[in-house]
Amino acid sequence: MTKWIEIGTLNDIPVLGSRVVRTASGNIAVFRTSDDEVFALDDRCPHKGGPLSQGIVHNKRVTCPLHNFVIELKSGMAVAPDEGCTRAHPTKVENGIVWLGVQAVATVPAE
Amino acid sequence: MLDKVNKPKLVVIGNGMAGIRTVEVLLDRAPDLYDITVFGSEPYGNYNRILLSPVLAGEKTVDDIMLNTEQWYEDNGITLRKGEMIEMIDRRTCEVVTAEGARVPYDRLLIATGSNPIMLPLPGKDLPGVIGFRDIQDVEHMVKASTSYKNAVVIGGGLLGLEAANGLMKRGMNVTVVHLLDTLMERQLDQVAGGLLRKSLEERGMVFKMPAQTEAILGTDRVTGVRFADGEEIPADLVVMAVGIRPNVELARKAGLYCERGIVVSDTMQTYDGRIYAVGECVQHRRQTYGLVAPLFDQAKVCANHLAMKGFATYDGSVVSTKLKVTGIDLFSAGDFAPGADKEEIVMQDASRGVYKRIILRDKRIVGAVLYGDTVDGPWYFQHLRDGTDVSHMRERLVFGAANLGDGGHSGKNSVAAMSDDTEICGCNGVCKGTIVKAISEKKLFTIDDVRAHTKASSSCGSCTGLVEQVLAFTLGGDYSAAPKVKPICACTDHSHDDARRVIVENGLKTIPDVMKFMDWKTANGCHSCRPALNYYLLATWPGEYRDDQQSRYINERVHANIQKDGTYSVVPRMWGGVTTPDELRAIADVADKFNIPTVKVTGGQRIDLLGVKKEDLPAVWADLNKAGMVSGHAYAKGLRTVKTCVGSEWCRFGTQDSTGLGIKLEKFMWGSWTPAKVKLAVSGCPRNCAEATCKDVGVVCVDSGYEIHFAGAAGLHIKGTEFLTKVATEEETLEIIAALTQLYREQGWYLERMYKWCDRVGLDAIRKQVVDDVANRKALFSRFAHSQQFSQSDPWAARAERGVDRNEFTPLAELELA
Repeated sequence: MTKWIEIGTLNDIPVLGSRVVRTASGNIAVFRTSDDEVFALDDRCPHKGGPLSQGIVHNKRVTCPLHNFVIELKSGMAVAPDEGCTRAHPTKVENGIVWLGVQAVATVPAE
Repeated sequence: MLDKVNKPKLVVIGNGMAGIRTVEVLLDRAPDLYDITVFGSEPYGNYNRILLSPVLAGEKTVDDIMLNTEQWYEDNGITLRKGEMIEMIDRRTCEVVTAEGARVPYDRLLIATGSNPIMLPLPGKDLPGVIGFRDIQDVEHMVKASTSYKNAVVIGGGLLGLEAANGLMKRGMNVTVVHLLDTLMERQLDQVAGGLLRKSLEERGMVFKMPAQTEAILGTDRVTGVRFADGEEIPADLVVMAVGIRPNVELARKAGLYCERGIVVSDTMQTYDGRIYAVGECVQHRRQTYGLVAPLFDQAKVCANHLAMKGFATYDGSVVSTKLKVTGIDLFSAGDFAPGADKEEIVMQDASRGVYKRIILRDKRIVGAVLYGDTVDGPWYFQHLRDGTDVSHMRERLVFGAANLGDGGHSGKNSVAAMSDDTEICGCNGVCKGTIVKAISEKKLFTIDDVRAHTKASSSCGSCTGLVEQVLAFTLGGDYSAAPKVKPICACTDHSHDDARRVIVENGLKTIPDVMKFMDWKTANGCHSCRPALNYYLLATWPGEYRDDQQSRYINERVHANIQKDGTYSVVPRMWGGVTTPDELRAIADVADKFNIPTVKVTGGQRIDLLGVKKEDLPAVWADLNKAGMVSGHAYAKGLRTVKTCVGSEWCRFGTQDSTGLGIKLEKFMWGSWTPAKVKLAVSGCPRNCAEATCKDVGVVCVDSGYEIHFAGAAGLHIKGTEFLTKVATEEETLEIIAALTQLYREQGWYLERMYKWCDRVGLDAIRKQVVDDVANRKALFSRFAHSQQFSQSDPWAARAERGVDRNEFTPLAELELA
């Protein structure tokens, strides 16, 4: 069951940038596009495991910093002709608060 | 979306490569603009005509060379009327009329009728068994003939004729090639190369009769032989005429459109009737007609842009290169090599290796090249030819190719045709020849960018680009041409780096979105290629004014450390001129202990690298290094990296000047500056050159009487000794000239273009003139450099460690635990 967890405010994420959410099962990268849409992906490129959160965000895609794989933020799919997929997580933004949809986990504040 | 009825109608006559490429580009630029109908006389979809030769040779099937399936037309809402001929164009009513009399209205018409093979008006030319070599039907004819007949005669010793002859030979026929002149492929080859080609084809069993004029084709029910002007007769069961092609202009001419050899078009591919466009082999542009694929694609792009009402692109002709597609023969030709009083030639011939190279120069520039046996440098010469590079500084070594100039990287591999499929072409990504060939054939790739995207070959360091281009040329055959003449920055735009730099300056653009809007970018926020480039151009153009866009910086420059394969970072503090102190070393050791840094390594640039630092530890690591007086070494930057020095006159018994001191002065003055690509300096205290200054971006070699300044060297991907710039007497002059040189590079270089590439492009003389000869200009460059330095010389580490700049980069947004 998807549980919605508050992870921060929209303003915490730079426009065309990304922040990381730590979880016990690995990092999740949370991206913000130029029109303030928010997407979340496992922070691992399907190619060689590069941290996608460190890539350059453009339109609704991110380029992996290691070997320039381009990944769709919405689906986690590599843009053709590259092949591969990283897991996408549901997100929503309400009143400037960003929510991440996860499978039964609890939150501990970062500070 | 407009419904079909209300959309303007585009009718395309011709379902070949040029017409359909135009439609493809148009769909990409303006997907829903037109209601499109395509008429094709052949009963097939669009196929790759240049691959007919491999089909004939049995290396490919017809299915292999289909480019667009019928499904594609359907998916894109295009009406394909194949097998239907257009009888006339009624310009008064804006309609085309089919052979059956159906009238189809158009708002815009595109004529892409291609060309027809020239059939010589010989007696017997209409006999069964006499054909041209132009379409799938001709190939089917030939294949069928090869199963029941023995003797074939090919009339025409040009590219197409030889490929046809080769194919028929492979099908088991005895083939005689008849050529009017005494040189094969005389439009592409000179006599020597033509002779070498003939020899190696003869070794394979091909027979030549040349120079020879065919007088008649003999036979009553079917061709039985060929008679020549000298009276000789030879038997023939199949005659292929491959003497050339003629633009198919009949339809256009009947419609009253102005035609000469081809349909005459403007730079926007419009005929004399502005509603009617024409592309491909049927057109004549600036007196030139083309029969190769690369120009057609250039034309298609311009035409599509205009049809999409994005009218900025114009076609200004193409320079073409040629590659013969006969397995095992390496042959390349490009440009103009007819003899002329104003031309010079550099020729190299090595008969026993079967290598012949001829480079034709005019006014210090390459205007033509013929290569036989070793064609690895074909694309490299071709690039210089199209760029109009001044090659005088490399003239003495030019004929030996890029590898000899230290521009190699292909480690002695120079003949793609002879390579086995498992030969590794791209060492970075481990891609073999077979993989590339397979991708080109199966995925129908045409350009080096396509190959990079699909196979990753040549997508990392790029040193195998020449080889990959060769594989591409070889697989596609006849008429592949490398990258477009003016390279766009990336797929987000048609504009070049130079365009962007110029537009930014001329129009006072000050943000990335402004530039993209002004230049009509095709994507909303660009991509990882163009954004960092634009960010640099703005930064270099408006020092102190432009606000650096962190999100357009590659991660290393955003967090001021180098990302490693496991996502950790490496940290390199600056060591001025490579000099350190016990206190600095102690601080580095303490930092390594405190943060459990797994690897401490000495770099090639006389500094110390701390590897494996966790991202969240970076600010604390920097804080400790700052405390010991160290700042960022910018080991991650497209900017000033290291200044390597030897100990010079202070210690060395040979030292002539204080090289260490000068190195430190240079580094203190220049650190923090952003440049198009990394910049490495070195200062050697005497000509023994222990600091290896003559393979750096800028190197100083001290001599007793002063300082020699060298630049444009490289010792990485490419090995290249520096060029000598000038010699001066004092440290002050040295500093001024190096800063001015760097500033010129900052103002002219393309993003990621190293100094030696920039020098290759703009020319040594031009640089020397501005930096050395013109003193006022030098001083102006120097003061622009100094001005910009006042905004860039603040330690980015201190800003982050002490003042919390970009804190969000180094802390997680949240931490979640399993419930």
